[in-house]
Amino acid sequence: MAKFDLTDDSVVVVIGSGAGGGTLSNELAQKGINVVCLEAGGRYENSDFINDEWDSFAQLAWADMRTTSGSWRVAKDFPNLPAWIVKAVGGSTTHWAGASLRFQDHEWKARTTYGDVKGAALIDWPIDGAEMAPWYAKAEDKMGTTGTNGIPRLPGNNNFKVLHAGATKIGYKEVHTGNMSINSQPRDDRTSCHQLGFCFQGCKMGAKWSTLYTEIPKGEQTGHLEVRPNSQVLQIEHNAKGKVTGVVYADKEGKLQRQAARLIAVAGNSIESPRLLLNSHSTMFPDGLANGSGHVGKHYMRHTTGSVYAVFDKPVHMYRGTTMAGIVKDEARFDPTRGFVGGYEMETLSLGVPFMAAFLNPGAWGRDFTWFLDRYDHMAGLWIVGEDMPQESNRITLSPDKKDAFGMPVANVHFDDHPNDVAMRTHAYKQGAAIYDAVGALKTFATPPYPSTHNLGSNRMSEKPADGVVNKWGQTHEVKNLFVSDGSQFTSGASENPTLTIVALAIRQAHHVAELMAKNEV
Amino acid sequence: MRIIDKVTRVDRRGFLKTTAGAAAIAAIAPATSGSALAGPLSTVSADGAATLVKMARDIYPHDRLADSFYRTAVTTIDADVVASKSATLLSDGVKALDEAAQKLKGTRYVDIADESDRLAALRTIEGSAFFAKMRGSLVTALYNQKELWPKLGYEGSSFDKGGYIERGFNDIDWL
Ligand SMILES: Cc1cc2nc3c(=O)[nH]c(=O)nc-3n(C[C@H](O)[C@H](O)[C@H](O)COP(=O)(O)OP(=O)(O)OC[C@H]3O[C@@H](n4cnc5c(N)ncnc54)[C@H](O)[C@@H]3O)c2cc1C
Ligand code: SF4
Repeated sequence: MAKFDLTDDSVVVVIGSGAGGGTLSNELAQKGINVVCLEAGGRYENSDFINDEWDSFAQLAWADMRTTSGSWRVAKDFPNLPAWIVKAVGGSTTHWAGASLRFQDHEWKARTTYGDVKGAALIDWPIDGAEMAPWYAKAEDKMGTTGTNGIPRLPGNNNFKVLHAGATKIGYKEVHTGNMSINSQPRDDRTSCHQLGFCFQGCKMGAKWSTLYTEIPKGEQTGHLEVRPNSQVLQIEHNAKGKVTGVVYADKEGKLQRQAARLIAVAGNSIESPRLLLNSHSTMFPDGLANGSGHVGKHYMRHTTGSVYAVFDKPVHMYRGTTMAGIVKDEARFDPTRGFVGGYEMETLSLGVPFMAAFLNPGAWGRDFTWFLDRYDHMAGLWIVGEDMPQESNRITLSPDKKDAFGMPVANVHFDDHPNDVAMRTHAYKQGAAIYDAVGALKTFATPPYPSTHNLGSNRMSEKPADGVVNKWGQTHEVKNLFVSDGSQFTSGASENPTLTIVALAIRQAHHVAELMAKNEV
Repeated sequence: MRIIDKVTRVDRRGFLKTTAGAAAIAAIAPATSGSALAGPLSTVSADGAATLVKMARDIYPHDRLADSFYRTAVTTIDADVVASKSATLLSDGVKALDEAAQKLKGTRYVDIADESDRLAALRTIEGSAFFAKMRGSLVTALYNQKELWPKLGYEGSSFDKGGYIERGFNDIDWL
């Protein structure tokens, strides 16, 4: 395994080891480029994962303080937990469910397709479906996505069977077990899914793709990648020419270290990435690095989400088997006659008793609430994931008074729903309930959005430097050798779960970075 | 379809019809009865403790659950309060709840026989830090008890049992 010197200024420093950072690190290493990947969290292997919701959360989740503001319900119920994401090697790909969907072509052109939506800061992506198609294909092959590359889809579990029966009964056509980056048969030296039902807690079988046990060890095997866990980057430094030169990070003893770099890629997920750029202010960059246009931290998106849980007369046992076991795609289309632009997917979801108690209806108590939990094994559930509107005021900022253990200001997450988000969620709740009513639900319940699992858009990609933070390659408009490699690049959210797109963008970015380096342009 | 027996029952045939396995066995394990706590609480008297147990059940009522689950939860919350700097939160809260009960029904909270009358008393303190602490902490102190999960039909950890691939992940038979 490679080990690079702190003063080695020929290395690429990648910040974060999740979907974006882990993939980029491996892709660069495969091309013979030396990479130091700094990861704030610890390194746990499959055997360390715990089949227990709260214990696993304590092991893997980002629990360091964050603050919230705005009218979203999360700010009231979970004021210090705006997002449910991971702080560990592998990032949120340890927790993720595996749903891997391509954007629809029109979603790359949200402004053009949806027109001028009042209060929304929509722009088009500077790339399109045709350009992304080959990168998507590489990502699906890498991740072993079912329903692509001749890989069979997963078998449906009980939760899926209920969804399928209800959805087809009310006329939905595109209902299947999804495109999942979970092995339905052994592949890539990993076994197939044993239907544990703990996908959100780290897949102990290794059937589900995670950078932790795919990209990262593969990169390490090349001798060109060094991953340093327990290393939180606090600041990115630059020289008088405005090029970045290295990072200051706190190591596992909490000691500050300085790692030099030729090029830096930020992939800390959409709350931490802008936090780090904002915290890297200097006299040359008074508002933070790459923030000349003032867009760093703005246009934070989290998908329009919500869940519908239904209780039936007879048992379901929804928790058995893959957590996200199937999908209804019919509502993902663009059809403003429904009263909103953009579309949404409905995907099965299950929580165990501990999380169900916490998230079904936060703050609720009494018999109306326990009626559902008493019938936990008779429940089926789905999750709504739809495109939310980017808004300038939905934003990551540095807390003026709260600091973390290393003295770094914590991130504040401000979010208000756009009226389009509300209209979409209302529609989706109704359709979700209709699916279950069609197969005899005794009662359905509309669960409010959980703390954000999809965090996007806070360093958005734009054609013009005045409209965003990075260009079509994820390279910051302002600093040539500084890149953003995670979901914070998203110009708009689309209706699909984001990770396949994050991975495809990272593969493409690695290709471009290697070219720039070879031509000595960075 | 493989079912989890959620009900505490002595009917042997009912038991035999359900699957063996840790979950099912835990589900039929005898519920402890009686009203004594496992041990005394640190921040409330024995009387106060009984009030908290009753209150816990009224907040998250599950008729199927024995008092022992609520007692364990209250003990957890008490330990939590000891560690924090608000050691009188629970004892003051019990006092306030009893005062509310006195006002409404002329008796202590635990002595109000009717659940809806107790709820009326509870609602008068719903906005208090005490209520918030009790309700908020119960979410984990109650529902994160592993022994409770099978009572609600949840089987917990599955890796150690080979997952559900051979244990009914797709065994629904009534659709
Ligand atoms: C429960 C759950 C289910 C999900 N299911 C799906 C799904 O089915 N499909 C899908 O597409 N997506 C899913 N997601 C979302 C998916 O996990 C994320 O979109 C994706 O992992 C984001 O990639 P990222 O690279 O932006 O960040 P992450 O994967 O979160 O990685 C960021 C990493 O950077 C590290 N980091 C942050 N700041 C610093 C710093 N200053 N220094 C060093 N390291 C730092 C973090 O510790 C973290 O490990 C799910 C997420 C969750 C939580
Ligand atoms: S259900 Fe499948 S993917 Fe999910 S944790 Fe189990 S083996 Fe892994």
